[in-house]
Amino acid sequence: MAIPTTHFVILAALLFAVGAAGVLLRRSGISILLGIEIMLNAANLSLAAFARQHGQLDGQVFVFFVMAVAAAEVVVGLALLVAIFRRIGSIDVDRLNALRW
Amino acid sequence: MLSLLWLVLVLPLAGAVALLAGAQRFDHRTTSAVGVGSIGATLLLSLGILAQYAGRHGETVVQSLWRWMAAGDLTITFALRLDPLSAVMLFFVTFVGFVIHVYSVGYMHSEGPRAYARYFAYLNLFMFAMLTLVLGANLVVLFVGWEGVGLCSYLLIGFYFEKDWCAAAGKKAFIVNRIGDFGFLLAIFMAYKVFGTVDFSGMWAQLAAEPSRYAPWVTPIALLLFVGAIGKSAQLPLYVWLPDAMAGPTPVSALIHAATMVTAGVYMVARCSPLFSQSPTALLVVAAVGGLTAVFAATIGLAQNDIKKVLAYSTVSQLGYMFLGAGAGAFGAAIFHVFTHAFFKACLFLGSGSVIHACSGEQDIRKMGGLAKKLPVTYWTFVVATLALAGIPPLAGFFSKDEILGKVFAAGSADLGGFGRVYLGLWVLGVAGAFLTAFYMFRLVHLTFHGQFRGTREQEHHLHESPASMVWPLRILAVGSAVVGFAGIGTALTFGRDLNWFEHFLHPATPAVELGHHVSLGIEWLLIGLSVAVAVGGILLARRFYLGPRALEIPNAIAGRFPRAFDLVANKYYVDEAYDRVVVKPLRSVAWFSWKGVDTVGIDGPINAAAWFTEITGDLLRFIQTGNVRNYSLLILGGALAAMAWLLL
Repeated sequence: MAIPTTHFVILAALLFAVGAAGVLLRRSGISILLGIEIMLNAANLSLAAFARQHGQLDGQVFVFFVMAVAAAEVVVGLALLVAIFRRIGSIDVDRLNALRW
Repeated sequence: MLSLLWLVLVLPLAGAVALLAGAQRFDHRTTSAVGVGSIGATLLLSLGILAQYAGRHGETVVQSLWRWMAAGDLTITFALRLDPLSAVMLFFVTFVGFVIHVYSVGYMHSEGPRAYARYFAYLNLFMFAMLTLVLGANLVVLFVGWEGVGLCSYLLIGFYFEKDWCAAAGKKAFIVNRIGDFGFLLAIFMAYKVFGTVDFSGMWAQLAAEPSRYAPWVTPIALLLFVGAIGKSAQLPLYVWLPDAMAGPTPVSALIHAATMVTAGVYMVARCSPLFSQSPTALLVVAAVGGLTAVFAATIGLAQNDIKKVLAYSTVSQLGYMFLGAGAGAFGAAIFHVFTHAFFKACLFLGSGSVIHACSGEQDIRKMGGLAKKLPVTYWTFVVATLALAGIPPLAGFFSKDEILGKVFAAGSADLGGFGRVYLGLWVLGVAGAFLTAFYMFRLVHLTFHGQFRGTREQEHHLHESPASMVWPLRILAVGSAVVGFAGIGTALTFGRDLNWFEHFLHPATPAVELGHHVSLGIEWLLIGLSVAVAVGGILLARRFYLGPRALEIPNAIAGRFPRAFDLVANKYYVDEAYDRVVVKPLRSVAWFSWKGVDTVGIDGPINAAAWFTEITGDLLRFIQTGNVRNYSLLILGGALAAMAWLLL
């Protein structure tokens, strides 16, 4: 018996919530990047699930695009973090508060 | 030679352009060569053209240069017109203008090279504008020159613009002239509407063909034209700029008063004489304004102490005579007076410049006196010109002024629905003005040249006759003042034999209108005798008042007896103050209101309020930008949830 789409969507929502909580609550830059990856994968999961439900490939193609973009984002993000670490000796985002009113 | 008419305009313009372009580099010698040379060449060219034109028996030569503007059925060509009227103007404008240029070389020599070049550039431009005005073949080209002389007078009157009062005088001249120009512009529009053309030949041909068709329009157009003439030729009530125009360098005063600028109004009325002669009402208005101005300005001249101010009021007064003549239908006589006046008034102004030069810049005649011995040439030329102005035979002013007064008296016999008598009243004013003229001019001569020197010892030490470049123009103009009158000897003086060459020459361009009957020869001689007697009376009275050991006693006694009347005259009837109160102050209030009320509150207010609102909003919203990255992500999440809620619910 096939797994209903509802289960995939609930799982995706849970994953998204976990990722969002990571982004909001962690202070380490790497953890935040990980959180973002989890959120992206939650989106991927629901895309794939709906593609399966409708029997079309559009959603799956989209997943590949998201993966490619996520890879690029991680490259830039990690490079930024390296630069930040070299500059202030830490990757704690709470210390990055120079641009404020 | 006649085909080179356009070059008459190009030469002064080229001089002006060259001087303006080279003002930074030219030294005095180069500037003099360019500035005086261009006008000298213009004079020679004009003389050549006039010599050839003299054989044409007064025909009209029109030279169309290019089609200037065309819109609908309106086509305006930039065309020049040479007819007897513009020929006379061309002659004395270039001649007197050239003499004044030569004089300026000596007078302005102490200026720095840049100011010197600027001065001659403006002077050349002035000549260009005046020649455009004189030679224009239609109202629009004339108007270009008309505005051009207005602009140049502004530039030259305000030549010493570092001084506030000079700059103000320039501004006053320009603004007052603009008031008159407004009337002139309306007249041009109306003429185009009525005649369908602004070309002189075209308009007059239509007017001559169907006088009755255009009859209702003639008077309004003529009166509006005259409003322009009032401004430019400094008549009541727009005369106030001319006395203030003394702020400019003295040769400029001579140029404005004698050759250019103020004569433009009389010229324009004479140029439009076919129009004016169709309208007795307009003629009467012209004559009345002229006659009143003649006496009004003469009375102010009685109590002025600035040598140039006296001459300025005398110019206003003499311009009044010209309009009086034109208003009596004697356009030829009016132009004749313009012609003779150009010589003696230029001579007087240049003479006064020589006096001021000698007295180290002093202009107050109360601090002069006894200059006759120190400045012999200036003295004698000044006296000749003064006698000419006073109308003593056989000097120039006698012939022209007498012809005007004779024509005005003759016009008194006209009917004009009972208004013909007005001309008799105006004639009385004219004779009274002649008396006043002789009196105040000899007051000036006595106070300046006779008696003891009343200035400081240092000034007395420096007294000297002016250099040759200033003295020779005086001599030439004094000779002119003495002899040019013979060009137009009235018929009465030759017992009916017609030797009035000037009037014959002008006749094809401005035929005189006979308003009244001819007066008999005996009455004409009586009139001539009367005006000469009046002039001599004025001279003798001035001699008694201002000469000898008891000089100034009588006038001071009179001034003491009637302090209020004296005060009124000495303060120029408080006209400037009245204008200030009635026109300038309210205008300033309106301007102040539109600045502080309309502009600051009405327009700036909402705009500033919008800016203020933006600023306040930004001030408050910036507190969101905490600098805390996790704060931002929370906001993004909240925003995303809110957007989703909006879409789903």
